[in-house]
Amino acid sequence: MHIHRLEKIWLAFGMAMLAVFLLVIGVSAFAMGMAPPTSHAHDHKIDPAQVKTTAPFDKPGLRQTGDHEYEAVMTAFTFGYSPNRMEVPAGSTVHFTITSSDVVHGFEIPGTNVNMMILPGEINHATYTFTKPGEYLVLCNEYCGAAHEWMKTVIVVK
Amino acid sequence: MDPIQPQNASAKPFDRRDGGLVLAHILFAFGALLLGGIAGVLQGMVRGGVLTLPAGIGYYQLLTAHGVLMALIFTTFFIIGFLYSGLSHTTGGSLLSVVRRGAWAGFGLMAFGTVLGTILILLNKATVLYTFYAPMKASPYFYVALVFVVVGSWISGWGVFYQYRYWKKTHSGKLTPLFAFMAVITMLLWQVATLGVAAEVLLQLIPWSFGWVETVNVLLSRTLFWYFGHPLVYFWLLPTYICWYVIIPKLIGGRIYSDALARLSFLLLFLFSIPVGFHHQLMEPGISSEWKFLQVILTFMVVVPSLMTAFSLFATFELSGRAKGATGLFGWVKTLPWKDVRFFAPFMGMLVFIPAGAGGLINASNQMDAVVHNTLWVTGHFHLTVATSVALTFFGIAYWLLPVVTNRVLTPRINKLGLIQTILWCVGMFFMSGSMHTVGLLGSPRRTAYTTYDNHPDAVLWMPYHVAMAIGGMILFAAVLLMIYNLLALLKAPKGHTDYPIGEPMEPEAATPRILERWSLWLGITVVLILIAYTIPVMEMIQGGGPGSTGYKTW
Repeated sequence: MHIHRLEKIWLAFGMAMLAVFLLVIGVSAFAMGMAPPTSHAHDHKIDPAQVKTTAPFDKPGLRQTGDHEYEAVMTAFTFGYSPNRMEVPAGSTVHFTITSSDVVHGFEIPGTNVNMMILPGEINHATYTFTKPGEYLVLCNEYCGAAHEWMKTVIVVK
Repeated sequence: MDPIQPQNASAKPFDRRDGGLVLAHILFAFGALLLGGIAGVLQGMVRGGVLTLPAGIGYYQLLTAHGVLMALIFTTFFIIGFLYSGLSHTTGGSLLSVVRRGAWAGFGLMAFGTVLGTILILLNKATVLYTFYAPMKASPYFYVALVFVVVGSWISGWGVFYQYRYWKKTHSGKLTPLFAFMAVITMLLWQVATLGVAAEVLLQLIPWSFGWVETVNVLLSRTLFWYFGHPLVYFWLLPTYICWYVIIPKLIGGRIYSDALARLSFLLLFLFSIPVGFHHQLMEPGISSEWKFLQVILTFMVVVPSLMTAFSLFATFELSGRAKGATGLFGWVKTLPWKDVRFFAPFMGMLVFIPAGAGGLINASNQMDAVVHNTLWVTGHFHLTVATSVALTFFGIAYWLLPVVTNRVLTPRINKLGLIQTILWCVGMFFMSGSMHTVGLLGSPRRTAYTTYDNHPDAVLWMPYHVAMAIGGMILFAAVLLMIYNLLALLKAPKGHTDYPIGEPMEPEAATPRILERWSLWLGITVVLILIAYTIPVMEMIQGGGPGSTGYKTW
């Protein structure tokens, strides 16, 4: 098959760019720990019908785990999150652990890179360090039913 | 350039029976576009706070109707009609009667499924959006309706394969027509991709929604959906590329840059369209980062055929311009037929595809996706890709295809209205998609009715963008109405012959390698890629599957 010289150059340049780009993503994901939120299929299962009686989701809330370090255990349901308000001091790192007790929900904090799917039967994780004080909105960004647009909670950073 | 062809009494008219088949598909498609457009403009106005829906109609009900009618019904019907028209024209001037009968059967099944599904959506029994995410449970008959649509499209696909094989057998040693080859790839991709959604609907959703089984594995259902959901967008794109590769060169009075490269790029698009669904699930639990990253890499491979396509198209433009005497680096731009809607509409689609493709690279990057995932950015992205690049190309096709199959001509008046329609579409989309992209970056979520989250300051700042979206939506709706008017005018245009514009390659003597038509080889590679990308994660989902979810009706 005949390929024009200019097209070969064009494709070679494109593929080289692609390789560089994928290398950057790969290194930052696996060497620098910037992989997207996830959990392994086998060790993060939960019975979606038993969320309210399964630890730690039987007691959703904020627990301090260290100096400026918190774990936020949360549940998502139609149409809200538990807890529905949390307060942390500025500079806190919060590790979110969350599941759904009914349908699929989203968990997004605008202005941050926290954005994940909440699936019934699965537990998802995200971590964020809140440096600036303010009232952070947490909203559901996956359609979950009639009052989806009301589903939210807030994190107050003091 | 004068877009109007002189009447040519000696030219062979398009087969009348095939013309009826094509016309039925195209008109059904545009009927869906009109209904979907009504749902779309109402949604935009609600979201912008301009309108409150009268009691009984839900925002998400409209959203479901808009998504299903535009993304699934308009596209599928149009594509099948377009492919059959080109197949009929390039493989002997008429379809085999068995193929035509099959295509009508496919049309009947799809039309029945569409009507049933639409009724259930309007009755608010299936407000689960076109992605029908479990464990939200629609009426079982909604899922049954989908089966009719998919099975109907399969039968139409088999007709395409049958016609192609028959031509190949009866023309042994000859190179198959490029249009027919591309039609086969498009339908092959559809058959392989819809296996995922068929498995989801038949094995999971139907037994569960009828109550035969108690629970559904949500993660598995999403994975099966996205196995189909990404190639779905390629199913829209490939016919668009057929127009760009095969039709446009003829319309501008040029030639196809290279037959072999066009075929190769279609094969690469086929290979790299299916094993990539995880890039829609990057933010989900239950799939490990390594598997996600593998599919991100495979997703990006599509850059190669995309660059080939861009090169070929612009090479065609430049070479045909120079052949007409254009000089200087960009002198050829002036020689393009800007006042011909059959060229202008698809060309605007091509231009928009440049930023649209760049946005797609962002969505598929596993970290950048966290910024835009499920925000209006994504909605803005596919309103540039499918709703502009694909839709404008389909509109451009309609302006000559309807005259071809009805033995009429495109009049200067309809051509002019078509140019206005295209410009309206681009302006409306600039406002709507532009605002969506911007406000999405600020965090405004997609698929969400009017809300300011109890007047949260962030959400209040999103409102002006939502108003701009509503204005864009209204302009787009005006463009839909004008499109429908133009189609009706075309059906009443003066009788006369219109040529089916099929381009010819620049160097017909440069042999196209036969390996490009070794279907067992390409299908085999696809199967291997799919097995590599999916076997282990799907086994984990099934074996590690927990108790599953019961169903919910949350609307």
